[in-house]
Amino acid sequence: MSSLSLPLPRTARGTAFGQIVLNETRLARRLPLAVIGSIGLPVVLMIIFGELPSFHQPVPGRDGLILFNTYVPIIMALGLAMLALWGLPGPLVSYRELGILRRLSTTPVPPSWLLAAQVVIQLCVALAGLIIVAVTSVAAFGAPVPKSPGGLVLSCLLSIAGLFALGLLIAALAPTAGSVNVIGRLTLFPLLFFAGLWLPRALMPGVLQDISNYTPLGAAVEAIQDSMQTGFPPAAPLLVLAAYALVFAFMARRFFRWE
Amino acid sequence: MGVTGSTTAGRHEVRAGRLEGPVGTLRPGRTASRPAVEVAHLRKTYGTLVAVDDVSFSVAVGEIFGILGPNGAGKTTAIECAIGLRIPDAGTIRLLGLDPQADRAEIHEIVGVQLQAGALPAKLRVGEILDMYRSFYREPADAGELIEVLGLAGKRDDYYRSLSGGQRQRLSVALALIGRPKIAVLDEMTTGLDPAARRDTWELIEGVRDRGVTIVLVTHFMEEAERLCDRVALIDNGRVVALDTPARLAAQARGGKSVRFLPSAPFDDRLLSELPEVTRVERLGQHVVVTGTGELVNAVILTLAAAGVTARDVQLDSSNLEDAFVKLTGRHSDKKGAMA
Repeated sequence: MSSLSLPLPRTARGTAFGQIVLNETRLARRLPLAVIGSIGLPVVLMIIFGELPSFHQPVPGRDGLILFNTYVPIIMALGLAMLALWGLPGPLVSYRELGILRRLSTTPVPPSWLLAAQVVIQLCVALAGLIIVAVTSVAAFGAPVPKSPGGLVLSCLLSIAGLFALGLLIAALAPTAGSVNVIGRLTLFPLLFFAGLWLPRALMPGVLQDISNYTPLGAAVEAIQDSMQTGFPPAAPLLVLAAYALVFAFMARRFFRWE
Repeated sequence: MGVTGSTTAGRHEVRAGRLEGPVGTLRPGRTASRPAVEVAHLRKTYGTLVAVDDVSFSVAVGEIFGILGPNGAGKTTAIECAIGLRIPDAGTIRLLGLDPQADRAEIHEIVGVQLQAGALPAKLRVGEILDMYRSFYREPADAGELIEVLGLAGKRDDYYRSLSGGQRQRLSVALALIGRPKIAVLDEMTTGLDPAARRDTWELIEGVRDRGVTIVLVTHFMEEAERLCDRVALIDNGRVVALDTPARLAAQARGGKSVRFLPSAPFDDRLLSELPEVTRVERLGQHVVVTGTGELVNAVILTLAAAGVTARDVQLDSSNLEDAFVKLTGRHSDKKGAMA
């Protein structure tokens, strides 16, 4: 009997999930805020920084530090932050607010499929953003080829995991779409500050750098930057990202409400 | 038919009925005469708030069953327990013999639900929404036919946000019916519809019932309950205070009927009050209101005619479900309350 209790035959289940992903993709295209924030904004910043001559000169007294190369990982992390703060929690919270998750709980398809579809789509957006920035920075703006491509891939995946878990936690805790916005605004600037958007990590005083090492975006920038400039990144930032992924995901699961 | 333990027997039995679509996991050995919905001694509390105190009712297959009651009476909570969205504190619920908690997957396949106040993504088109919800079910209805009947045929390519309130409501009803449910639970399905759209929806619901679907309707429109429902349960303070056909509930509400008319000439009240059918005679300005039972109208008019008095402007006032509602709950229905 147990096989019969599946709500749908295996193929139909695949079709249903495909239909959800299809509609979520349509929505992401028609309301492209996530795409603009996590692909458009980083690309624009990269072009601006790439065109500024001063960003390509070595910073005096800083041991050959070239600002543009320092900013590539920061720009990549910025794209991920936009997804974590808006792209992922925004739709999920508004679906809960609109009663869409509740409506799904009355159908053979559980509402968690909608969450899974969102993660799939935002994952595609995140990867597209990271790849576009990484490739163009080398191809068009003369950044060096990453020293450790494997380390870069691992760092990017762990950064996505840590920040997506943060996004899901916000989705779990924010009661309304409006509050997602408020949480996003309050969180974005500290995250970006410690990522080094205003003051690159290399130029931060020791205490700020120590704090930065333990923020999700700071750890992401550290891991990505080391992969690009030095070699396989040290364990510390990778473990910090993995810990955020686990803790935030656990809390998100614990606090998520479907209605 | 006893418990045979044979899956095919169970399937065959259901297919033989007027139900449509396969029923993979329906347990074998249930008789065809079992009710579509059985709720017994349902109780649900939220902290100290008793939302549903003790509710029992049973809905036969193919019936349109109404659940009426004032705001906060526990209607929606009772329904949410019945469809498995909430876990009751006590009581048993069976939908075509299935337990909403234990047989969750199968319940969602055979029960179509339209909940109150559920919206959809603004930037999806009607057709895209329907296609997605169709894909959730084993044997879905034809989307084109469904939206045709619901008057949304021309709206397939429109965004949800461009739909009027009534159109959104009808789309919501369409989604409840798209899985070809055996039971459709509709919570306030015509709220926000204009009178014409409301009547169209009533016809649709009757059409759906004619195909063998059992319908549970939560409503606060007395007219809707009177027109559509075979039986209604009146819920107040978490309990069923009355359960009968709308006509019988209405009849119970008042001791009888009354006739109101304008007499052509003065007459003595005793002429009428001595009739066995009459219980009371009142004067309202120039009009006379006679309350009584049985063949009241005939008796009144014949007696007056024999005395040379003609009754003009005759209005027969029979009590309705609204009267029953007021009498049993001490309140007006939401509709009247909102207008007051």
